[in-house]
Amino acid sequence: MRKTFLKTLVEEARKDERIFLITPDIGYSVLEPFMNEFPERYLNVGVAEQNAVSIAAGMALSGLVPYVYTINPFVCMRPFEQIRVDVAYMNTNVRLVGVGAGFSYGAAGATHHSIEDIAIMRALPNMTVVCPGDPWEVENAIRQSVNYKGPMFFRLGKQGEPIINNPKTKFIIGKAIKVRTGKDLHIISTSNTLEIANNVCELLKAKGISASLISMHTIKPFDVRMVNELLKTKKPIFSVEEHNIIGGLGSAVAEVIAESGFNPLFKRFGVDDKYSHYVGSHDFIRGKFGITKENISKNILKLIGKK
Amino acid sequence: MKKTDLVQTTKNIRKALLMMNHRSNASHSGSALSIVELLTVLYFKYLNVDPENPKDPKRDKFILSKGHASSGLYATLAERGFFDKSYLDRFYVDNGILPGHIDFEAAPGLESAAGSLGHGLSVGMGMAIAAKYQKLKSRVVVMISDGELNEGSIWEPLLLAPHLKLDNLTVIVDYNKIQSFGITNEVINLEPLNEKLKAFNWHVIEINGHDMKEIEQALNAKTSQPKIIIAHTIKGKGVSYMENKLEWHYRSPNKELLDQAYGEIDN
Repeated sequence: MRKTFLKTLVEEARKDERIFLITPDIGYSVLEPFMNEFPERYLNVGVAEQNAVSIAAGMALSGLVPYVYTINPFVCMRPFEQIRVDVAYMNTNVRLVGVGAGFSYGAAGATHHSIEDIAIMRALPNMTVVCPGDPWEVENAIRQSVNYKGPMFFRLGKQGEPIINNPKTKFIIGKAIKVRTGKDLHIISTSNTLEIANNVCELLKAKGISASLISMHTIKPFDVRMVNELLKTKKPIFSVEEHNIIGGLGSAVAEVIAESGFNPLFKRFGVDDKYSHYVGSHDFIRGKFGITKENISKNILKLIGKK
Repeated sequence: MKKTDLVQTTKNIRKALLMMNHRSNASHSGSALSIVELLTVLYFKYLNVDPENPKDPKRDKFILSKGHASSGLYATLAERGFFDKSYLDRFYVDNGILPGHIDFEAAPGLESAAGSLGHGLSVGMGMAIAAKYQKLKSRVVVMISDGELNEGSIWEPLLLAPHLKLDNLTVIVDYNKIQSFGITNEVINLEPLNEKLKAFNWHVIEINGHDMKEIEQALNAKTSQPKIIIAHTIKGKGVSYMENKLEWHYRSPNKELLDQAYGEIDN
């Protein structure tokens, strides 16, 4: 996803001179194409995330569209109060781009994992929170971000995620995508679990269960209409995310359900409010937290009474 | 503007900000009084700003990073004609317009939110970088407090601005020697401040922050590096019972004290 981000940003920067790229010293083997083509619009501020974010706000106040790129916790947690005041409160056109959703950084350790970012970013007024599920969504989201009004946060995966969406689909920030249709139950995924959620649908299909799959690529503004549409079918709803189950996609879906008057079977799959102390690859840690197609499909079958 | 008029302007601003803090029972009179001459020279002798066209992309920009001294900035902007002086009656009160710490949407002429210390210099740097990229002559001035130099986030732009040779950026340190809960150099000793900033490759100028001639000369000094003006000031300047008193970081003058202050300022 990060390569797609950079490729798209370079293409957009050729068309729009307001685009700037700021990094707090992260981006080796990713950012070079931008750096080489637009040296006057590229700034490495050194290992100083707070400065990066506030500088971006100052640039945005001067009419530019700056993208701040680094590893996810360092773009949205380290400089959180700068984001709150200089980006969200002042409603500046700053784009925060965090690479490494959930456990993407695997064995690098929990300092580089990101399981609270959606919760804290969606609590900020004015902030748009985009969590693309595949490179196609990244490309579309970045293209639309150039002229989007107000601050935005992008939560990107790191490994070479496959394209799950049908590229003929229409992508609009704030509108969830129905990736698969199904009549028995609904799975809603955000960010880098789209592939897992799609595989869960396949496993369920093999058991004769027809599941729809929603890619909730925008967490804020949240597509309440899509959730309400699912609720009207009175079928079970499951959320899947590589994020703490507190405050992320599952919480956002739960908020809609709680006020809807419907009472569907509903379960959040995600990180069960724990930091990882495991050492291992992204997939290894996902396995430890049950964020796998096997574990999720097994639990869904159990919950709907079809073992 | 003539020197006598400038002095009268400082008196108007001092009286206005004291009235504001008296009326709303607000704090930080001392922090605002220490910067009145600095604000006066900035807005009446230095900054290229136009109250009729406050969003002109070519304008100079001033950020009061020590946002708790907002009453001083609001009074100055009103005096300069950015908005009607009646706005000042609606400072820090119910159904007000001007909050205690700066909301940049509140009134014309405000360039950035401020109130949480250690932000303004980085935001100003972003504006200075943008101005260079946009090939504008726009200059950026950021005023920080001495206590604000305790913030770690201040030292990030202090490292970077000289590295980027941002000669369109000026920082003013309001060195009034008293911060929120103590004497500045007793809380954390900033000294040797001049040498410290020089070692960071800033062009450092040290002045009496109440001498308007010195202020103007320092602002106009041509340098190839970004410039820091260490302005030695007196907290509560101009009101005898407030001068060098920590309590006037918090207290608000009652009617009697306000009358006394007005008397001292007018004489």
